[in-house]
Amino acid sequence: MTTLLAIGTQKGLFLATSDDRRTWQVGPAQFSGTAIYTIGVDNRGSRPRLLAAVDNSHFGPSVAVSDDLGETWAEPDSAPIAFPADTGVSVERIWQIVAGEPGVIYAGSQPSALFRSTDGGRSFELVRGLWDHPHRTEWGAGFGGQAIHTILPHPTDPARVLVAMSTGGVYRTSDGGETWAPANKGIKAYFMPDPWPEFGQCVHRVARDGADPDRLYAQNHHGVYRSTDGGDSWQSIADTLPSDFGFPMVAHPSRPGVIWNFPLTADSQRHPTELRCRVFRSTDGGDKWEAQETGLPDGPYYPVVLRDAMCADDGSPAGVYFGTRAGEVFASHDEGETWTMVAAHLPDVLSVRAVSV
Amino acid sequence: MPVILVPGVLRAEAGGASRLEITASGTLAAVFAEVDERWPRLARRIRDEQGAVRRYVNVYVDGEDSRRTAGLETPVTASSEIQVLPSVAGG
Repeated sequence: MTTLLAIGTQKGLFLATSDDRRTWQVGPAQFSGTAIYTIGVDNRGSRPRLLAAVDNSHFGPSVAVSDDLGETWAEPDSAPIAFPADTGVSVERIWQIVAGEPGVIYAGSQPSALFRSTDGGRSFELVRGLWDHPHRTEWGAGFGGQAIHTILPHPTDPARVLVAMSTGGVYRTSDGGETWAPANKGIKAYFMPDPWPEFGQCVHRVARDGADPDRLYAQNHHGVYRSTDGGDSWQSIADTLPSDFGFPMVAHPSRPGVIWNFPLTADSQRHPTELRCRVFRSTDGGDKWEAQETGLPDGPYYPVVLRDAMCADDGSPAGVYFGTRAGEVFASHDEGETWTMVAAHLPDVLSVRAVSV
Repeated sequence: MPVILVPGVLRAEAGGASRLEITASGTLAAVFAEVDERWPRLARRIRDEQGAVRRYVNVYVDGEDSRRTAGLETPVTASSEIQVLPSVAGG
């Protein structure tokens, strides 16, 4: 089995392959000079389709699609993701691309909006129900911008989708996107006068349990939470972590309760806790966390891992991957027990995705 | 007829051409409307979906920065030369 690891960086896309997930061959930069903020993988067809969010600082965002594992890419003539004229706004960045129900691809943008494609990602349409939500004008912007960075379609009910944004919080639809409601009960917004608002929480990432779709895990701007009721309520699972600050949250593709994150010391000290390069894993849904660092760099370590720069693959045991803003990428073939370096000296890593091919 | 000078980095979006002859004239908006129709991939690199010239793209009409003249209403004559240049920006 070959694993393809797509590495999106500030200055290009790198594709790495491995037959054993221990040694990797890293290809040259594609889309050199452009930022790849996220990579979507639609592996429901005979071959995975890759969808790269290509963000040119001068010439704007776009989505490029590959059906041959990155050998060639195609872009439509018209902008694949664009706001309708009546909105008066333009897409600044594409933060997330995710396969939804059969035949559907979702994309999340900055400013915060959800787009839906029914032609494999070549063109997208604005999901009006969320865009027209009365809360939208009150959604804030994190330092990275106001964006929908998390999209979690329900695995069996196409009418249910969850999205999340920084300083907006979690929203859900159960009617296919027509109506949306905030789902932040129990998530603290310490930076607001009322720390328990209906919305406005700074959610950094939400992951859905691989075995139970009603179990969700959220890494917040201070705060790590679990929901066991599909987002109706959230409970803290940060007690045994060294810090409740960080960006990524990744769930095992099939084992219940298995999740990973990469804690940082604090909002004001954005470096790994104790200056050690460590991933933290829980196998019981966040009640207990354990550090995983075998094979990771020793000594003081400062780089951070961004929200889209950590993922798991669909292998057995699952592989886990993360990239840093210092351009290093690490892989584990055994669910985080041991790690090897995939690449170093790349540009800042913004996103990683791994898939068996 | 007006001519657009295409920077090297965008020529792939214009079929490899470095110069595009435009039939429309009158204003820069009219010229870009023709670009929208004939070279849509080039058009969306220059302007966003609301029609605004992208922040880090500069458009000069007969040597004058259109942002300092009349923007998209900048007059374009049949002999105008329109130069599209990426701004000096990036990291």
